[in-house]
Amino acid sequence: MSGVELKARRDGIMLGPVGLPWRPRVLAATAVVAVVAALVFAGGIAAGSSGLSLPDVLAALAGVADSATSFIVTELRLPRAAAGAAVGACLGLAGALTQTFSRNPLATPDILGVTSGAAAGAVAAIVLGGGGYSVGASLLGFGIPVVAAVGGLVAAGLAYGLAWRGGVDSYRIILIGIGLTASLGGLTSYLLVRAQLTQASAASQWLVGSLSGISWASVWPMLAVLGCAVPVLITQAAGLTLGQLGDEFSVSLGLAVQRHRLIVIGVAVLLTAAAVSAAGPVGFIAFVAPQLAQRLAGTARPPLVASALTGAVVVLAADVLARSLLPGEIPVGIITAVIGAPYLIWLLIRRKDVR
Amino acid sequence: MIAVEAERLRLGYEQKVVFDGIDLRIAQGSVTTLIGANGCGKSTLLKAFGRLLAPLDGQVRLDGRPLRAMSTTQIARRLAILPQKPLTPAATSVRDLVMRGRHPHQSLLRPWTPDDAGIVDAALAATGLTEVADRDVNTLSGGQLQRAWVALVLAQQTPTILLDEPTTFLDLSHQLEVLRLVRRINAEQGTTIVMVLHDLSLAARFSDRLVVLHEGQVLADGTPWQVLTPQVLATAFGLEAQVIADPVTGSPLVIPLEPSAGSLASSVVRDESEQLVRLG
Repeated sequence: MSGVELKARRDGIMLGPVGLPWRPRVLAATAVVAVVAALVFAGGIAAGSSGLSLPDVLAALAGVADSATSFIVTELRLPRAAAGAAVGACLGLAGALTQTFSRNPLATPDILGVTSGAAAGAVAAIVLGGGGYSVGASLLGFGIPVVAAVGGLVAAGLAYGLAWRGGVDSYRIILIGIGLTASLGGLTSYLLVRAQLTQASAASQWLVGSLSGISWASVWPMLAVLGCAVPVLITQAAGLTLGQLGDEFSVSLGLAVQRHRLIVIGVAVLLTAAAVSAAGPVGFIAFVAPQLAQRLAGTARPPLVASALTGAVVVLAADVLARSLLPGEIPVGIITAVIGAPYLIWLLIRRKDVR
Repeated sequence: MIAVEAERLRLGYEQKVVFDGIDLRIAQGSVTTLIGANGCGKSTLLKAFGRLLAPLDGQVRLDGRPLRAMSTTQIARRLAILPQKPLTPAATSVRDLVMRGRHPHQSLLRPWTPDDAGIVDAALAATGLTEVADRDVNTLSGGQLQRAWVALVLAQQTPTILLDEPTTFLDLSHQLEVLRLVRRINAEQGTTIVMVLHDLSLAARFSDRLVVLHEGQVLADGTPWQVLTPQVLATAFGLEAQVIADPVTGSPLVIPLEPSAGSLASSVVRDESEQLVRLG
């Protein structure tokens, strides 16, 4: 007891072999967002056409509810809530990583080409597959999520490769990503124009981003990627903080900048690919969640855990609205765009430190 | 003992070679300042000393060992660099900023230890920043911010420190403040200092040794009085100047001369000022 006391200071604490800086505001912000996420998660399960109360939901989750309630909760609504939370966490975390390494609060993983690559892949599978072309049919055979994930990873790999000049400059990869996104957007539009009406409609549905009809099969890949990302990011957290001083200072302080950047971009791309292949490109989460979390925690860069939790909150809350605002269900991506776009404009207007 | 050594160093950027085989040795415990005209390669050479720029040929040795044989963390424990334009992070206290200097000494499980905190306290005290330690760095004055960067580099606790134009954008009293601090660190801890400065008289006042770089070569190298001669100034800077003893410190003071009335330079200047008068 006294050993721990002796090693505690106002700005940090030493517990056995682990020493950590004391960050009360970050801890408080993370705890608050975690509680809100748990509430929205449970509330999202309760909300719906056959109304359930929160105690019903908790009882079903604990396995002590009647069979009808149990079925609705665990078979119908739990996968959707889990998917919403996972999509939000993946995109929130990927956004925090992208904004941090690029030192730009407006940057999202979209600018790495991963989203537009996934979209082009998915739309190609839907449009060409439904048209009976052999290429498209074999694409569709893999399933849209797989094709989307591969498309996203290939596009991001291309962006990284094109940005390489004895190392990747964070500004250069953004410019190349924007160019690549525009080109792939053109390809997607071309496919939509050539598509039959039903295919174009299905593709448009996918392009908005939706949690409708999502199952556990879509959730596991996201949880797997999140699970792998956590230990990797623990090793890169100090580097993310140093990176805010610029590349030269980071090297001077002993950071292997290029290796660090490759790892961070790689994790952001995998997280985004997992989320987009499960639910389509749900817009603005990767942009809004890290910014909200950073403002709550008052930190130099978006806090990783709080950004993931905030992403989950935003997607889950948007999904509740998507299911309850109008008689028919609205895709969740439309709700996030309606929330996110004004926030982007507000941030641009408020921004003083335009670089 | 030699702290940093350049051996037949060939340096350059895409399609432009700045140095083609330069040799330079920096003695341990000395304050050396690289001077020269804009674009002479002062910062380029300093970056190569700090492995921020890979040599095209030749090598840099740090405490006798080739830089390329050392990991970036090993180098960071022996040599610190204050770059010319560090980026100021958002929402960061002065103490947290200085704590970043401890990174090369830290491990994954210990991003903070009481020892690190104590070293940061000492660096804050040495730079006179203890009072503002909890303030956001974005609220500091220019002079305070520059001292905070020096404190970060001090917290790195390296035997050698490289400073790339540490006084740029500061007014004269803040320039003196930073350079006195540098001199004191050198005197108290025996730290080897290599810096790039633009102000020749300040460089002379605060350095043991000046190295004048010109057209990819060392044009002059020695004590301030040996180096700052009218001939060297004319060659390196195209400057006609008189060098007198500073009445306060006795170090050389560079006094630029006005070009003689009939020279081309002065007539160009007059033409321009006449135009300005007409336009104004």
